[in-house]
Amino acid sequence: MERVPILKLGDILIVSIQIDLDDQSVLALQEDLADMVVSSGARGVIIDITAVEIVDSFIGRMLSTIAAMTRMLDAETVVVGMRPAVAITLVELGLSLGGVRTALNLEKGVAMLEHVRGAAG
Amino acid sequence: MSVPAEAARRRIVDLFLSSEERLLRRWTQLSGASPDELRDLYQALRTAISGEEGDLADVRGLLAELSRARVRQGYTPSDTARLVFSLKEALYEVVEDDGGPEALRGFVWFSRLIDDLGLYTFETYSAAREKIMLDQAEQLLELSTPVVKLWEGIVAVPLVGTLDSARTQVVMEKLLQTLVETGSEHAVIDITGVPAVDTQVAQHLLKTVVAARLMGAECVISGIRPQIAHTIVTLGIEFGDIVTKASLADALSYALKRSGVEITGAARTRVAVRAERG
Repeated sequence: MERVPILKLGDILIVSIQIDLDDQSVLALQEDLADMVVSSGARGVIIDITAVEIVDSFIGRMLSTIAAMTRMLDAETVVVGMRPAVAITLVELGLSLGGVRTALNLEKGVAMLEHVRGAAG
Repeated sequence: MSVPAEAARRRIVDLFLSSEERLLRRWTQLSGASPDELRDLYQALRTAISGEEGDLADVRGLLAELSRARVRQGYTPSDTARLVFSLKEALYEVVEDDGGPEALRGFVWFSRLIDDLGLYTFETYSAAREKIMLDQAEQLLELSTPVVKLWEGIVAVPLVGTLDSARTQVVMEKLLQTLVETGSEHAVIDITGVPAVDTQVAQHLLKTVVAARLMGAECVISGIRPQIAHTIVTLGIEFGDIVTKASLADALSYALKRSGVEITGAARTRVAVRAERG
């Protein structure tokens, strides 16, 4: 099973998904990420899905789950780089990812996290 | 009294071949077409039915050409089919003179052949029409979905005409693609040119907005005319937390404000100066 690497940049964790996700790697990613947020004390998580071309409802739910999970641990999640085809698929599947922040690319995602944190004080 | 089908067929082909001049003259008279095009058709038909295989490809090719040419000349497809059918009448006169049972039986076979050919001209006509319509629909689809850049980070889609699923799909894809390519965080969907909004159109718009949101961009819907606002409320369509504005100008000013651009009075003064010069 391939594991998705989690990178730490300041107090932000960056997850760039470059592989075809199967259910096992998704579950592993959720666990790893929760551990990392706690151990590093990160305040923000960015999930980069630029390379993801195909999604199903399971992956859609994964994004929501991660966002909810990290919020419990006091970190904001931003999903960045979603492709148009992926967005359309998710909408057709009826997943609007409520509660998940999104940004067009990594740069804007980082800016968004800083903005959110600035507003929170 | 039964006549073998083979013999009947041979007899009618013989009659058809032997009375070429008479048939052509009568056919021209009945159909009112030029003798030259009928002669070509007659010859192709003769080759086709006198051969063993009965291959009608050449005849069909000629008929398709004839059908197209006559449409250009302003004939209706019925006229073209009638032209083909009138050959039956011309041949029937020959059969009547012959009077034999084989010829009559064979005439039924020949008649079916001509019916098929007549219907074929009709098919050619409708296929040509169909193709024109498809081409135009495609062109319309390409024409009607421009995505324009209004400002750095703000794009707009002026929608004109009725929205259906196919068009919305194209608009949606094009808009989302542009958002990625230009890195724009704001999009304005202007529906001033959309004549009517029903539940389906609203559904399509909502899907587009949600998809854009998933990618990290905000959509504003503008150009909602009073009667459309009325329809939407009457239909009970919920736009939820989607921002809607009456005019494109309002939407632009909202998007500018959201992206942190400040509009001050100075801009207005500058416009005034330019106007004086002009």
